[in-house]
Amino acid sequence: MAECHPVGFQWVMEAKARGATLIHIDPRLTRTGALADLHVPIRAGTDIALLGGLINYVLSNGLEFREYVVNYTNAATIINEEFKDTEDLDGLFSGWRDDTSSYSSDSWQYEGVRVASAAGKRQQGAKQAREAVEQRAYQRHATERGHEHGSHGAALEDLHKLRRDETLEHPRCVFQLLKRHYRRYTPEMVARICGIPEALFGQLARAVTENSNRNRTTAWAYAVGWTQHTVGVQYIRAASVLQLLLGNIGRPGGGILALRGHASIQGSTDIPTLYNLLPGYLPMPHPDSHGSLDEYVADDSAETGYWGNMRAYAVSLLKAYWGDAATADNDFCFDYLPRITGDHSTYQTVQAQLDGTCKGYFLNGQNPAVGSANARAQRLGMANLDWLVVRDFALIESATWWKDGPEIESGELRTEEIATEVFFLPAAAHTEKDGSFTNTQRMLQWHQKAVEPPGDARSDLWFWYHLGRRIRAKLAGSTNERDRPILDLNWHYSTSGPNSEPSAEEVLQEINGRRGDGSCLSTYEELTDDGSTACGCWIYCGSYAGGVNQTARRKPHTEQNWVAHEWGWAWPANRRLLYNRASADPQGRPWSERKAYVWWDAEKKKWTGHDVPDFQPTKPPDYRPPEGAKRQDALSGVDPFIMQADGKGWLYVPAGLSDGPLPTHYEPQESPVPNLLYGQQQNPARQLSRRRDVDPYQPSGDDRGSQVFPYVLTTYRLTEHHTAGGMSRWLPYLSELQPEMFCEVSPELAAAVGLDHLGWATIVTARSAIEARVLVTDRMVPVRVHDRIVHQVGLPYHWGRNGITTGDSANDLTHMSLDPDVHIQEVKALTCDIRPGRRPRGPDRRRLIAEYQQQAGLVAATGTAHRTTERHGEPA
Amino acid sequence: MTEKLLEGTKDPAPDSGYPQPPRRMGFFTDTSVCIGCKACEVACKEWNLIPDDGFSLLGMSYDNTGMLGADTWRHVAFIEQDRPLGRQNNAVALMPTGPSASAPNALMVAAGLGEEHGARLGTETGAIQLEPNTDGKPRQPVSADGRTELRWLMASDVCKHCTHAACLDVCPTGSLFRTEFGTVVVQEDICNGCGYCVPACPYGVIDQRKDDGRVWKCTLCYDRMSDGQEPACAKACPTESIQYGPLDELRERAAHRVARLHDAGVADARLYGADPDDGVGGTGAFFLLLDKPEVYGFPPDPVVTTRDLPAMWRHTLFAAVAVAATALAAFAGARR
Repeated sequence: MAECHPVGFQWVMEAKARGATLIHIDPRLTRTGALADLHVPIRAGTDIALLGGLINYVLSNGLEFREYVVNYTNAATIINEEFKDTEDLDGLFSGWRDDTSSYSSDSWQYEGVRVASAAGKRQQGAKQAREAVEQRAYQRHATERGHEHGSHGAALEDLHKLRRDETLEHPRCVFQLLKRHYRRYTPEMVARICGIPEALFGQLARAVTENSNRNRTTAWAYAVGWTQHTVGVQYIRAASVLQLLLGNIGRPGGGILALRGHASIQGSTDIPTLYNLLPGYLPMPHPDSHGSLDEYVADDSAETGYWGNMRAYAVSLLKAYWGDAATADNDFCFDYLPRITGDHSTYQTVQAQLDGTCKGYFLNGQNPAVGSANARAQRLGMANLDWLVVRDFALIESATWWKDGPEIESGELRTEEIATEVFFLPAAAHTEKDGSFTNTQRMLQWHQKAVEPPGDARSDLWFWYHLGRRIRAKLAGSTNERDRPILDLNWHYSTSGPNSEPSAEEVLQEINGRRGDGSCLSTYEELTDDGSTACGCWIYCGSYAGGVNQTARRKPHTEQNWVAHEWGWAWPANRRLLYNRASADPQGRPWSERKAYVWWDAEKKKWTGHDVPDFQPTKPPDYRPPEGAKRQDALSGVDPFIMQADGKGWLYVPAGLSDGPLPTHYEPQESPVPNLLYGQQQNPARQLSRRRDVDPYQPSGDDRGSQVFPYVLTTYRLTEHHTAGGMSRWLPYLSELQPEMFCEVSPELAAAVGLDHLGWATIVTARSAIEARVLVTDRMVPVRVHDRIVHQVGLPYHWGRNGITTGDSANDLTHMSLDPDVHIQEVKALTCDIRPGRRPRGPDRRRLIAEYQQQAGLVAATGTAHRTTERHGEPA
Repeated sequence: MTEKLLEGTKDPAPDSGYPQPPRRMGFFTDTSVCIGCKACEVACKEWNLIPDDGFSLLGMSYDNTGMLGADTWRHVAFIEQDRPLGRQNNAVALMPTGPSASAPNALMVAAGLGEEHGARLGTETGAIQLEPNTDGKPRQPVSADGRTELRWLMASDVCKHCTHAACLDVCPTGSLFRTEFGTVVVQEDICNGCGYCVPACPYGVIDQRKDDGRVWKCTLCYDRMSDGQEPACAKACPTESIQYGPLDELRERAAHRVARLHDAGVADARLYGADPDDGVGGTGAFFLLLDKPEVYGFPPDPVVTTRDLPAMWRHTLFAAVAVAATALAAFAGARR
């Protein structure tokens, strides 16, 4: 955190000054570890084994926060009889289908309750030929399912039929399933898998559990070290299970804090740049089942919980998009919305480029030629495009690969044979435009333009607004039906200045939402489904309440309470802590004075406290829903997790995930060791690329050839640089601080391989070979795993061939095996070889890789088995 | 009078002719909370428009700046040591480790930078002989013992703004002057590049810029201070490792902090430059260190280099008088 989020780390240091214990879990001792009370070295890619070990430690020692767990989580809920755990099936859950290499989640559900699964139910609304439906349903099943729920869990029907055992003794209640699932995640197992000695694990486990009770809370902070795995979502799930068991969610000082990689990554999922979501986590409609707004809403809104109001959010969004053109008679232009037809994530798009089906590409502040996994595949994909638009500060590698990329050097590509037309359009920096950043706390902070952008540089807002304006001008007068969505768009913003810069504040007002009379809305509870309100993103409603830019507020903390509501604005409704009902006990009293946050005021009959309560303000703790109650009224006065259909924190996820209801340790796609817990080696549902020619995988575990790539490789960032370097490698003040690509190795690995401090090393995978200067450092330690010592190689991924400081790109080494739920790449744990000296030049580089591939016995099928069958025989 | 000019009282501004100066301002750099983000280095360069200082990988842990100079007014040192830090537990002893890399690394760095500079970084490399590794074979570990401890120290260095500033004493043009805040500033439009101040500094802070010959160093952001703002580095520091304020307050705060660290088991925590009775009369920018000063590249017992000038002049005068007297006596004797 100190390494990549030094500004946020100031709060950690402040907590430390007040007595907090800081623990750093990382393969390397980083700048965070330098300040931590305890550093826990770990083999990269094994965190679920560690977190599972902590869960087992809690459960086997009876350390769970019992009252919280019984009342606020689904621990008591009884699961379907048909469910089979990984303990029964040697690493698989019930519902595995070899034909689709995916799970059917039917058997994972709550007993007595139907959880709407994405495939299946939705086919009822199908309007297309049955064959096409099945085809797409299969696609969705394989790749999309977990994603289609937006931010919320699956909908539940017949909530009142749900069976609970609050003694937590029923053998099929979630609590007992958890116990069974994690019982083999012992300290010994953690040591053998993660390389964390038992004594060290004991220290960690005691520190975490002793600090989690009525009086104290523990927070976990993570970044892409947890997400960039073939089991990335399940990493976070594992932390959620632990935190729920310890009562650390919805309470001050608790939580699981996602540290974002850029200034407004949170903003770009709230108002998404993602292909499968609409603003405010509304799902993208599907062509087969969403012919009308009614079908769309019926399918996706939970009948119970706050998602029951989805129609109001969706109609208000359509009104924001299409204004007066959107009326009740035309379904508020619901037909104008694009439909999602499959997985169109980054890595599918790259494969579509390689296949020749994706013809054009916009890169806005993104440098995939350096920053995306298997950067060589990215460049080869771009070389297959008709056109490419790059908007960035400088001529990044993604704009110049066609003349000076590694494939030009190796002779694989020849400039004169590349047909891609590349447009470079300089972009304005954040200091050169107005706008907002949304940080990980969901807090929007407005920033003003300080200087005009130089030369031809323009803001993103300028680019997209004027591009839209010009397209609309070209289409003006068209009578073609297909042009209506563009011509009817509400695309009117006032502009100012010499460059006709659109007003960013007007955009925020539109996002906030307006009433029919044009005045700004104050809260999303005002949104209606009759077209009388327009709102660009329902969760941001209130950011411009009262016609005032609430995100520009900067009242010092000395002039307000410690929650500081008047600094910026946080969604939803300026709440600073989500699900904060959980900070009070079931009767609505604070768990302790020290941790008081929101509570029920019995005299005034309302919720009150330091923060805005995340609960219906006057629903008393003893409220019990009548049978047949809908939306938020279906949740009792105890249930804090109001976005979930049952109001509970989900220890166990009955639907919505592609790879299982409980986090399970699988080895990474490429690992030097076998999975010691199950016969199943990797996540069976992980997503593999289709292109073995550019994206080959290496053998794992004890498979033949795995010893050709014996070391664990992990990539990361340095404080001094920013991601793929577009914002740092062109700046002398940053470049001089980390002027060269390097690899970090332990003295033990250096001695074993013959690497010299400050010398050169070549790092090789089946994808490519790169060179880096060597830093031998005590901060890297070997780990004792299973029956062997595993060495790890650390590579920062900032460098490329352009800019003031240049070097080989770590991502040339990485592969495109993905997490099945969110399609993120596994660049935090893979395997490699490392050898002294510089890499070969020109075509010799590919020859070296071919030699390695041959030596490892690589074939197309290597590493592609979804279900592991060879090692331990067929699963039971 | 000469005595007073060079050694002075403990408050330099009134001595320099400011009748009613504002409080003496300075830096307290608490290295125990430094996270090595180098924001101070960047903020300093941005504000003061300092050019880059070259692009070379030094191999001194994450320090690629090396030292203070004409183009580096803040420098963050990174020191990896096989030593414990207070009650911090880095688990190294439990891991399957071999010998530490810090001593052999220091040799490699020294080979690249010149042995003296490498040794200055405090890894005490003087006694270890550099062993060339030309055959590409694995290097033999220097010690057969496995490492058991690890700590990573970081510290942001800066001009000390001495109470008795030798650079100021030797400047012939008046380019270097004492501000009303008690700090020491170079006026770039007056400096003639004579360079006398460079060897005069006991810390090696002030330095000549190669292309124009003039000297440059931290001004404690005199322009910002005059406007009631804190210096750029302190403003940018996310963890309050760099604190700016009235020196007496900072010293008091620092003493508390040291006591707290001692309570927390960090026995080696100490202040550097906070003692008004040290060889430079205490510094306007002082530090909390977690190890001996030389580990961070600081001189252990700095003395204002002009301290002995009055005595030297006195001795010279005595000598001259004696020589003259002897000569006179000789002449007088000869007459007899």
